[in-house]
Amino acid sequence: MRSNSSGSSQGITQVIAASSLGTLIEWYDFYIFGSLAVIIGQQLFPSDAGASALINTLAIFAAGFIVRPFGALVFGRLGDLIGRKYTFLLTLVLMGGSTFLIGLIPSYSSIGYAAPILVLLLRLVQGLALGGEYGGAATYVAEHAPAGRRGFFTSWIQTTATLGLFLSLGVILVTKELIGNEAFSEWGWRVPFLLSILLVGVSIYIRMKMHESPVFTKLKSEGKISANPLKESFQKKANFKMVLLALFGATMGQGVIWYTGQFYAQSFLENTCKLDFNESRYILLWAILFATPFFVVFGAWSDKVGRKWIMLTGMLLGVLCYRPIYQYFLDSTNVIELQNTEAHHTSKIETDRGYVSGTSDSLVTVRKFKTLEGGISFTEEMITVTPEDVLAPMPEVKTVISEVRLPQNMYIIFIALVFFQVLLVTMVYGPIAAFLVELFPTQIRYTSMSLPYHIGNGVFGGLVPFIATLIASFNGSTPLSGLWYPIGVAALSFLIGAVYISNKVDKTVMD
Amino acid sequence: MNQLKKYLGLIWIALGPLIIIFLLQQAIDKIGAAPVGMDRTNTSLQWGIIILIFIPICAGLVIFGKYAWNQEYDKLPDDM
Repeated sequence: MRSNSSGSSQGITQVIAASSLGTLIEWYDFYIFGSLAVIIGQQLFPSDAGASALINTLAIFAAGFIVRPFGALVFGRLGDLIGRKYTFLLTLVLMGGSTFLIGLIPSYSSIGYAAPILVLLLRLVQGLALGGEYGGAATYVAEHAPAGRRGFFTSWIQTTATLGLFLSLGVILVTKELIGNEAFSEWGWRVPFLLSILLVGVSIYIRMKMHESPVFTKLKSEGKISANPLKESFQKKANFKMVLLALFGATMGQGVIWYTGQFYAQSFLENTCKLDFNESRYILLWAILFATPFFVVFGAWSDKVGRKWIMLTGMLLGVLCYRPIYQYFLDSTNVIELQNTEAHHTSKIETDRGYVSGTSDSLVTVRKFKTLEGGISFTEEMITVTPEDVLAPMPEVKTVISEVRLPQNMYIIFIALVFFQVLLVTMVYGPIAAFLVELFPTQIRYTSMSLPYHIGNGVFGGLVPFIATLIASFNGSTPLSGLWYPIGVAALSFLIGAVYISNKVDKTVMD
Repeated sequence: MNQLKKYLGLIWIALGPLIIIFLLQQAIDKIGAAPVGMDRTNTSLQWGIIILIFIPICAGLVIFGKYAWNQEYDKLPDDM
């Protein structure tokens, strides 16, 4: 049986554009919250620790991880019952609406604890909507795509997660440039949220004009729609075993590769290597820009050689290369060690004197702006606390490094190394929508593919920063110890995928 | 290959409970090490969420292992 777009008068380009635009906006909405979490925390949460810390933790930590798989179940079921088009239209409205409303919430100083509670509720709606969106868009495009080109067409949907991150970083940086840091912290942070309503409006208009998937329409006309997609997906052994295989053999590994390349890399450069705030973000932006076309390259290639080995090669390369790459990042920016062996000069020295808050202990901060012979510049702060009590032990001097800036040649190498990590993301992520769509029958496709995808990405992937940081805090660990989490998960997924997954490209999605 | 699939199933069955035991040990250590007060509440909350999420996932890994041991993956729908 052939699956193609014969049932639809709309061109595949229009289908891809409508689906991708909506999905891109949903990713954008989801990421701006994460990118602005610090400012949101300052504006909408009280400054003192208290009940707010719990709500903050739940809003920023939990909603992003727990709710996505639930969204996959709720909207996946809906998509298999009433159709793909209306379900992902609904998720778009929910996502856009909740994002817009976050931008309107008065600050904590105006409405007190209602502010963080409202943020938490809206963040939960965002997570639910995202959980429902992706499966719908991927299924919708795959069910329109001609046989033999499903990898190529669905890979456009795959670019949206990365482009959404790119767009969110871009909008934040541009807004900041235009209005200045102070105004941005005060009210400008709301602009990226409010802007979302325009983008969503355009996307809803386009999606309203789309037709239902021809495969789903055919199924509906034949009265073959599943009466209970959840039960069929998870209680029928034949389907449930494929859900487990998709999770452990593909999406679990894909999730950690995705989050390591696109989030942990930037976080490591900023927090561990102490790279300047903007510099670490621009490195990621350039890497994403150069790597994004490869989603389509690998998606199209998977139509010819199969999905399995492209995805698994991406995982294996991550397992083998992460430690050398991050070791290089660390060694190249270890300015405390480098200034022992390299000549350097200090361009400016500033001294601040004051008191430790709430005590009479004196606090002296000497700030030096240094440049090494190799071209790396950085700020070195030497902080000395002298106790008021003269009998107290001698004060300790604490050295803090910040605002590390790289010379041009090293900057390019860093971009290349982050690009390589994003390239691995394109290998595991480019073909995965087609892979998941082909794994499940039409009646329960939306439900069955959404759950492993969101557990793989939301849970295994989303936990990369938290678990990696946690491992790095263990006794005897090094700054690179955190990498054992993505390496271990990717290695396990590679092994399961290599042994159990078939490389055959399914010719039909009409089954 | 089918024999490898089958016997690896035993590893997946064992791995599920081992991961949960490891997470519980870590949770006890880290919650105990956190300063009493809001820090400890937050650490407990985070670990509670992690364990709550990973219990069903590890149960899934055990079921996956059981299916592999029962040779459910010897022939996939794609191969037919």
